[in-house]
Amino acid sequence: MRCRKCPKRAVLGLPRHNTAFCGTCLTEFVRTQVQRAIKSQDMFSPDDLILVAVSGGKDSLTLWEILLKLGYKANALYVDLGIPGYSERSREKVERFAREVAEPCGARLTIHRVEEDAGAGIKELATLVKRPTCSACGTIKRYQFNRVAWKNHYDVMSTGHNLDDEAARLLGNVLQWQEEYLQKQSPSLPASIEGFAKKVKPLYRMTEREIAAYAVVNRIDYLVEECPMAKGAKMLVYKDVLNRLETESPGTKHRFYWGFLDKQKKAAASSMSMTDIDQAILQPCTTCSQPTTAGTCSFCRLMTKAKTPAK
Amino acid sequence: MKVHLSHPTREIELKGPKPVGEIFKTLNLIPEAFLVIRGQDLMTEDEMVADGDVIEVRPVISGG
Repeated sequence: MRCRKCPKRAVLGLPRHNTAFCGTCLTEFVRTQVQRAIKSQDMFSPDDLILVAVSGGKDSLTLWEILLKLGYKANALYVDLGIPGYSERSREKVERFAREVAEPCGARLTIHRVEEDAGAGIKELATLVKRPTCSACGTIKRYQFNRVAWKNHYDVMSTGHNLDDEAARLLGNVLQWQEEYLQKQSPSLPASIEGFAKKVKPLYRMTEREIAAYAVVNRIDYLVEECPMAKGAKMLVYKDVLNRLETESPGTKHRFYWGFLDKQKKAAASSMSMTDIDQAILQPCTTCSQPTTAGTCSFCRLMTKAKTPAK
Repeated sequence: MKVHLSHPTREIELKGPKPVGEIFKTLNLIPEAFLVIRGQDLMTEDEMVADGDVIEVRPVISGG
């Protein structure tokens, strides 16, 4: 197979675009798509300071690399979840990337250790509060990324969520008819209220396979191993179903998610803005002051429960 | 050929030569969820893997 843009050998076929690229043209394609996402969703400008949430996986390290290559000012935060073995291996990947790629560009890495803060790792915390590990993990990571971004005056917080993540999440939300979550599913969420950092997903136009191929071509040394806690997670089932549909009908994932974004945009034009809604329903948490719909936010409730001795 | 697979990590032997697309079919894998790497190079579905080659079939799906 030949590259459709130059005479070189292709390294990846992209059936959804009916094309194929060599390593150089794939790199250019991915960076152009990310830049297009940033501009079309008004995510940030070259003057803004960005906090990237990194995990050691392909998406977050690729995102950090692309933002730095495109000339953005991007530091990163790694949340060490205290998963025996896995957390050490993922932290090692992040630290090496920071040393070899990010620091020469003037960027820096911050590490937050869940065990130091909560006295236990994520698995023990989830068991103590009787919640699925992925759910407790999501609460902690969202809270810490927002806290660090807000406290340190970052203009925006950026995550490596890709097209597969967003399409799978959309499928899950539609299957359960979780309308309140559908409203919040956007590649760019505003800093709608005091205490909330703006949140963006610059990789939402790229599939996991395209991002992994970019990482391989650009020698980004990421952790291939899956989180041991994610075994049996619903999201993986939704992704598998969508990939089967994608194989039969290339472009299914992007038509599903982008079609949703299109309808969401039209609906938003005739209803309240997300900022208005957030300002109407959110208030400062009585313990930590971060915005919440309840009196005490879900992170503080989780921590209180975890620190209360079992009866 | 030797094929390295992940989740769980294992190595299997297949008779070559075979195109990458055929390897996906033999292993009952969805091409959208994997990359095939020989050495440090990605391979497209029409490329031939020789009998003595060592390849990695790397999953690209993550998340919980």
